[in-house]
Parts: sequence; structure tokens; C-alpha cells
Amino acid sequence: MVGQNQKKTFFRAMLYLLPALVIIAVFVVYPMFHTLRMSVYEDFNIFSKEGSGFGLSSYIWVLQDPNFHKALANTFIYAIVTVPVSIALSLVIAILLNSGIKGSKFFQTAYFLPYVTNAIAIGLAFRFIFHSEFGIFNKFLGLFGIDAIQWLNDPDWAMFTLCIFGIWSALAFKIVIFLAGLQGIDPQLYQAARIDEAGKWKQFIKITVPQLGPILAYQFVIATIGAFKAYVEVVGLFGDDGPLHSATTMVYYMYDKFYNANRYTIAAASGVIMFLIIMVFTFIQMHMSNRRADQ
Amino acid sequence: MDNNPNRIQNKYTRALVFILLLLGSLVMLFPFFWMISGSLKTIREITSPEIIWWPEEAQWSNYAEVLTMKTNPFGIYFKNSILVAVANTVFTLFTTILAAFAFSRLEFKGRDKLFSILLATMMVPSQMYIITNFITITRMNLYDSLWAQIIPYTASVFYIYLLRQFFNQIPDQIYLAAKVDGCSDWKYLWKMMVPNAKSSLVTIGLFNFIASWNAYLWPLMVTGNINKRVLSIGLQYFASESGTAYHLMMAGATIVVLPLIIIYLLFQKYIIQGIARGGLKG
Repeated sequence: MVGQNQKKTFFRAMLYLLPALVIIAVFVVYPMFHTLRMSVYEDFNIFSKEGSGFGLSSYIWVLQDPNFHKALANTFIYAIVTVPVSIALSLVIAILLNSGIKGSKFFQTAYFLPYVTNAIAIGLAFRFIFHSEFGIFNKFLGLFGIDAIQWLNDPDWAMFTLCIFGIWSALAFKIVIFLAGLQGIDPQLYQAARIDEAGKWKQFIKITVPQLGPILAYQFVIATIGAFKAYVEVVGLFGDDGPLHSATTMVYYMYDKFYNANRYTIAAASGVIMFLIIMVFTFIQMHMSNRRADQ
Repeated sequence: MDNNPNRIQNKYTRALVFILLLLGSLVMLFPFFWMISGSLKTIREITSPEIIWWPEEAQWSNYAEVLTMKTNPFGIYFKNSILVAVANTVFTLFTTILAAFAFSRLEFKGRDKLFSILLATMMVPSQMYIITNFITITRMNLYDSLWAQIIPYTASVFYIYLLRQFFNQIPDQIYLAAKVDGCSDWKYLWKMMVPNAKSSLVTIGLFNFIASWNAYLWPLMVTGNINKRVLSIGLQYFASESGTAYHLMMAGATIVVLPLIIIYLLFQKYIIQGIARGGLKG
């Protein structure tokens, strides 16, 4: 009797789960294994689903490809520059927003707005702002006698411009999280500090930073993972991967190998490599949030 | 007013903070302003060596021109974007509600194990599986259809996780009492749980709509025909084909961004809460 009941509940639960599970199985779980499988062949026919040349040759090819080195280096530069800068800036902005200033409602609306914007559209606006001839940025620098800089057409400047765009785009989300974190700090901690006549800076170091510790760590990991997936920012700003491929990233490389070059196994191998790199950061985050849960 | 312990007491410091915030917000808003201002300029104004903050006479005809272009029909792109985003959102809400209910209320064998497996899939970056999804969609004969852009994104582990979290907060006693009264699971879900979770569902719906509106890589891969493009893709093609017609590009960009700004201004509270809550949970 009990066994039958259990079976019935199981069957009913499956009816509720079916729509979600079918989609997730077909478009998330299966592709993980299939992409992995494609990556261990030298050649793969996507119609017959048969691979030839089993082995690690695709990985070796990717790891020896100078274009992949470029993509990997750019992705790391992008992460190393945009993550700390955007975290520092957003922390400062969140603290200022939280200091009971007049008009903070308007400011919040203004600072959060970039969160909802389309990277292609706003990238186009940035492309126009940084245009070497018509762009307002160069006109502005011209007022100080600085010669026009080829922000978007000079391979030496491309990554710099991309990082500016990346930082601008990444601020809103982080400010929201920091602000929520700041508002979660017990006000009594500050009142106690005030009684002890601790200055603002001391309060920041002794109360704000330790209290925000887990959020700060969380932001670092999430932002780093996000930076490793950078793609649409590049396309939005340059329309392609920058002058002489100077702003190519790992996702761009993978897409290009799959879609433009039809090198399916190469694309799959580079996807797996990217997955492994991101995995390291995911484990760090899981480790940290477990520690947080234990506390 | 003085309840806020972080309130700055010194008048001059407060003025300084205000000015800093003002300057910062100008930097954040400037690209939007510049895009809109540019969208209303003539070609002469937009390529002028002078800085022109606002056009002499707003050229609304730029929008008409962009919307009726033959080579890049923004009217069709707009319609496709709406169709895909709405369909995505409706289907996702449906699958999410059902799955979250099963994981939250129905006690079946292997529930927790299945849920952990689903959570584990969140670690894999979506960029990795689009390669295979492209093959799957092509084999389903869905290449170059709006369905190709809709179907793969009609279920999300993350949203199931978020909604389950919320469902779990609704006291179990109500559920048990309702069952004693002979209320079926199905009826209970739609009469009790869903109305109670309205704010969570609005947040999930908004996030899903925005994500779909902004999707780029996947729609790019599965469309070839102009009539199946969504706005992000259409704008990108238009930008690469229109040379220096920056006034028209800015009009196109504004058409893409404006619905997002309106949604944001209307639902700011839900969106901010959603980020703060979903984000902090990790």
C-alpha cells in the first residue's frame, strides 16, 4: 500500500517536473556531454554525429594556436583590470549613496540604469563617443590640446577602450549588491564606534569592510566569472573582435571557430578549456559560501 | 532624519559628496543622453567638428527612416523581439512554477538528489553548450525560426531555485489544511501559492524578459533570414552596413534601449530587490 502510494506521488511529481526537465535535459545536460565528446575527436560530422581521430589533438591544436593565446591573454587582462576597478568604484559609490545625501533616490535610479541596457545598443553609443573623428571624447581632449587618439582603430588602445566600457557596464549590478549589504549592517555597530569617537576612516576599516567581507568576496568571484565570459561587450563596441583581432576573447574565439571556420572540434575543445577555468572560480565561490553558511 | 548612522554631519563634506555623486551619475547617464541626442541630429550635426549638445531641430524623421528601412526592417525586428521575449517569459514562468512546486511541496523519492543535480548544471557556462544546441536545433529543422530562439530558454534552474526558495517560506500548515479539505495540489498551487508569490514571479518574469531582449550570441547563431532577426542582431547588422550614418545608428540603438528604460523606471523596485536577493544568496 505504502509502496503504491509512493509510486503515485512520484508519478505525479514527475508530471509537474516534466516540462522543465525535458528542456533542461535536451538543452543543458545533453549538450554538456555532447560538447565534451566532440572535443575529443580530431574531426566531427555534425549530421551523422560521428567523430574520427579520437584523442586530444583538438586540445593540442587549441593550446598551440597563437590566436587562442591572444584570446586567453585578453580575457585575463580584461578580468584583472575590470574586476578590481569596478569593485572599488562601486563600493565607493554605494557608500556615498548610503550616506543620507539629498536626492539619493534620483542618484540610485541613475546609477542602476545601466544594468538593464542592451550591450549592443549602448556599445554603439560608446563607439560613437570614442569615434576618433566625430567622437565627443576626442573633441573634449582636443580642448586641452591632446591629439585625437584612435580608441577603436589602434590595436594598442583597443583593450583599454574595451576595459572602460566593461567597467561602466559592470558598475550598476555591483552597486546594488553593495548597497543592500551596507543597509544590512547593524546600525548599532556605528553608534558604538561613535561613542568611542572612532573617525569615519576607522569605522570604514573596522566595521564596514569586515561586515561586507563575504559580499566583497562574492562580488570578486561572480565578477571574475562574468569577465571570463566577455563577448557581447566586444561585439557591441567594435562590431567584431577589434582592429587586427586585438580585442578577441575566449568566447569570441570559440564562436568564431564554430560558426565562421566550422572547426567544430576546435570550438568544443576551447569551450571545455573555458569551462575548466571558470570551474576553478566556481569552486572558490562554493567553498566561500559554504563557509558563510557554517558561520 | 538622523536615524541613519551613516549620515554625514559636516555640511561641507555633505556638499562634496553630493557633487561627487552628481558627477558620477552624469558619467553613468551620459551615454544614454548622447545616444538620444545623436538620434535626433542631422548627418551634418552629428559629423560636425564642433560639440553640439542638442540638435537645432529634433529630427524625428530619423526614427521613421530606421523603422521603415527595406534592408534592415526595424519594425519587423521589434515585433520579433517582443514575440520571442514574451513567449520566453510565459513558458519559463509556467515551467518554473510547476517545477518549483514539485521541489517545494511534493515529497517524492530522490527529490533532493535530483535538485542537487540540477543546481550542479548551473556551474557550466551557457557558452559551452550553445555549440551542441545549434546542432540540435538544426536537426529539429528549427533553424531560422523564432521557435529556435524561444525553446532552449523556456526553463531555468536558477529561476526554479529562486521560486522554490520563496515557496518554502509559505507555511506548510496551510498546505496540509487545504489537503484535508480535499483541495487538490493543482488547485492549491494556482489558488494559493501563485497569488502569494506574485512579487517573486514579477521579478523572475522581468529578469527573463530583459535577458531575452538582450540575448545576442544564440539568436545570431540560429538566424539567417532578415525576417527572423531580433533587435540586437538587426542593430548589429545595421551598424556594420551603414558606414557613418551615426544619426540613424543612434536612432536604432534608442529603439532597442527605450523599452528597457521604460520597464526599468516602472519596475525599478522589483528589479533592484531581485538583484539584491538573488545575488546575495549566491
